[in-house]
This record gives sequence, C-alpha cells and structure tokens, in this order.
Amino acid sequence: MSDYRQIYLDNAATTRVSPEVFEAMKPFFAEEYGNSSTLYRQGREAAKAVATAREQVAGLINANVPEIYFTSGGTESDNWAVKGLVCGERCGAGRKHVITSAIEHHAVLETVRFMERHMGCVATVLPVDEYGLVDPQTLRDSLRDDTALVSIMAANNEVGTVEPIRELAEIAHDRGALFHTDAVQAAGKIPLDVRELGVDLLSLSGHKFHAPKGIGALYVRKGVRLGSFMHGGMQENNRRAGTLNNHGIVGLGKAAELAKKSLGAETGRQRALVEDLWKKLSAAIPEIRRNGHPEKRVPNILSVCLEGVEGEAILLRLDMYGIMVSSGSACTTGSLDPSHVLLALGLPAEKAHGSVRFSLGQESAQEDIDKVAEVLPKVVSVLREMSPTWNG
Amino acid sequence: MYTDKVMDHFENPRNMGAIENPDGVGEVGNPTCGDMMRISIRVADGKLADVKFKTLGCAAAIATSSMATEMAKGMTLDEALAMTRNNVAEALGGLPPEKLHCSNLAADGIHAAIEDYYARHPEASKS
Repeated sequence: MSDYRQIYLDNAATTRVSPEVFEAMKPFFAEEYGNSSTLYRQGREAAKAVATAREQVAGLINANVPEIYFTSGGTESDNWAVKGLVCGERCGAGRKHVITSAIEHHAVLETVRFMERHMGCVATVLPVDEYGLVDPQTLRDSLRDDTALVSIMAANNEVGTVEPIRELAEIAHDRGALFHTDAVQAAGKIPLDVRELGVDLLSLSGHKFHAPKGIGALYVRKGVRLGSFMHGGMQENNRRAGTLNNHGIVGLGKAAELAKKSLGAETGRQRALVEDLWKKLSAAIPEIRRNGHPEKRVPNILSVCLEGVEGEAILLRLDMYGIMVSSGSACTTGSLDPSHVLLALGLPAEKAHGSVRFSLGQESAQEDIDKVAEVLPKVVSVLREMSPTWNG
Repeated sequence: MYTDKVMDHFENPRNMGAIENPDGVGEVGNPTCGDMMRISIRVADGKLADVKFKTLGCAAAIATSSMATEMAKGMTLDEALAMTRNNVAEALGGLPPEKLHCSNLAADGIHAAIEDYYARHPEASKS
C-alpha cells in the first residue's frame, strides 16, 4: 500500500464532513433520536436543536429565522423554488414565463424544462459572455409582463464565476417577477446577505461546505407565497412535509456557523492557494487557459482547459498519484456532449473536452498545490505525447 | 466503471507511438467528439509486422487502442480486417455501455490503415 497523502481537490462536488460538525451530529443518531414534532423531552430536545440550526443557517445569509426551510439538498431546494413559484398562485395570476441562464445547474435547467414540457410554462434561457456572466441588459430585454420567476445562480459550479445577483434581482423586481438564486456553490464561500442581494428565494446545500450530504435549505423571503412541493404532515410551517432530518439539520447548522466564522480568513487562504496553483501551472504547461471570470469568482475553484488532451484521461492519470479532480469532458458528463457550461462560455467542444476543475476546501494545503504543480505537467506531457493532434 | 484490464492498458499503454515510413496509416474519430486515433502499420509477408497508435481521448479510447494494436500484431491482413470493436471490448473484459459506441474506435482505425495500405500498394491482392 502506498502511503501518499490523498489530495482531494473536488470540493465543488462534495466536501468532507468537518470533525466539529460530525461531533455536533452524533447525539442525534442514537441518543437524542426523538421526532422533533413530539411533545416529550426527547422531542423537545430535538426541536431545540433544530431551532438552533435554523438560527445558524439564517445567520450565514442574514435571513430571518422563519425564512429558512430545511430540504434534502440543493436539488430539492431548486425544484421547490421553480415548481412552487411557477405552479403556485403566480401561474394562476397568468404569469407563465420563467427566465434562467444557460450555465445553471441541471437541478434548475431540467426543472425549467419539465415546467415547459408538462406545465405549460414558457422559458427563456439567457446566454452568458465568455467569462460566464449574465448581462443585466439582456435580462431586462427578456422580461415580460407575464414573467413569474427569474432564476440565476449566485456562483457557477464549474468555472466559479460569481453573477451580479443584486443588480439582476432588482431588474426582475422592476417588472414584478420574483428572483431565485441557486447559491449552492456560493454559500460558505463568499459573503451572502439576502437583504442586500434582494433575492426572494435562495438554495443552499450542506455537503458543499463540510456538512453531510442529504441536507440543504431554501430561503423563502417573508411574504413570498410559494406552493408546497412535498405534501403530507405539517412540518416546516406546513410548507414542506416530512419528519425532519435532525442530525442532518444539526450538521448543516454547525457547518453554517463555522463557515460564517471563517469566511474572511479562509476565503483569503483558498484564494491565495488557487492563484498560486494557476501561476505554477501556467508557467509549466504550454497551451493551458483558465476558464471563468478573472476576478468575479468564488475563491476555491480553478477551471482550466488543456489543448491536445482529454479530461477523463487527465482525471484518471492524476488519480494514479492520489489526486482527485473533476472534468467537464463528455466522458465525465455521462453524455456525448461536453459540459454545457463550457459550451455556453463559447468554448469549442474540442477544448471543452480538455477541461479540468480543481476545487479547494478547508483542508486543502500548500503541499497539495505543490504536488499538483509537480504532477500535472508530467501527466499532460505523457498524454500529449500520445495524442495525434499534438505536434502532428 | 472500468475493468482492471482497461485500467492496465490505460496506465501502461502498449504500442504507443508512430511507425516511421509506415506502409499504411488510418485515422478515425473527430476531436469535436473528444476521441481521435491514428494507427500506423508495417506489413511484411501479408501480415501486420508492427502496429502503433496515437490517441487523443478518454481512458477507454486509449485502452482500446492499446489492446487492439496488441491483438492485431502478427495477424494476417484478412484476420485484422475481420477483427471487430466487440472483439476488442471483450478482450478488455467489457466496456461501460456509453463507451462502446464513442470511444471504441481502434478496430476501425486498424481497418482504415489496412485500406490505406491497399491503396498505396495496388499490387497487393485483396482476398
């Protein structure tokens, strides 16, 4: 067995549950396992823990506590926001138009497509520029009197570009549309203040910032009438049925608290590591380009395209050295097409196939960056030597 | 997802490179799809004396190139022409279904190289 350090640089896919979060969750499996809707002590203790977690999550995004609804994760939050709004009273009021962007996560894009196909909605999918930014003027021009919802992500998961949410939300409101943002990649990475951003709905997911998988939240601004998506019991103010996932909720709360505390220093640290990695890679590897916006970006993502190599081959070669990353090549998207995000940025398919994403987390260290800077140039040169398109 | 055999051929590809002054060259695939392969062959006594590949593509594309060239070496031209994508996939212990179609091009590449050989050597009789 090799004893090399596992270098996990796929934190935008998921993160390791941090030890403090795990500790906080432990009692809620086998000791304080009561249903938080019950009246005896066990249940009351669970309800108290859920209330604390709700405060912690609200604190991360400056929401009021009752505006936080727990869900099973980012995908459910996105589905609820889109379906709940468009199916709700807004649709009854004749608003059937939805606007989103070409680089949204599938959880939004596929939900919007479903609404189009089955619920009689009409969708406009906004293009983005070469950096992945949505143009506010394009949004202004696309809004209609019957636009129910605009859904634009806070930060993109593949290239890390941060969208001008505040400006976009204001434009949507000017025409009476509500605004949702998928902040799954932004929460815990950049400061998020729902009041300042002016968003009506915001999705976040625990496992992207060191809470466990299977827990997330949807922020619903007070006064927004959102249709229910899960029907059943009276949980979550009668808006999201289902026994609460107490241990997950406690984990999400703890992770939110920790993320808020470390936001400034930790973001700075990760940003410096990412810049160092880019400096080293761009110096050592010819024909490498960086994707996404140079400044308007989350601190933890570096996406690059490498000429003359294919992403899956890079990914699996790096894995031989214990380095875990992801790619937007067709082989890794599970379809025949490369990443819809990279294509939307205007990259031709053959370049998009050669993409690699490094995403850092709180455990990423300088030695990880140095190791990647040492290994990737070798891996690329081995694969390029193999390639019929590289130097003939 | 990938068998050990696929990973072995991906990590330690056999016959990688280009034959100098080859008797035939076959190019298949398309960089837009993410997979591209160039096979070069040397023919002696109606057999494939040497087969080499250069491949841009995923692990399956590289592993099938490596496996197919290994299988084809020493075959008569007719035997190599009869070799199918399925033979290559089977020799690797199978491929994920989505890879059978897009990345399993090596047999086609060898066929194309042999066709190129026949085009260059009209005197060589095609049985």
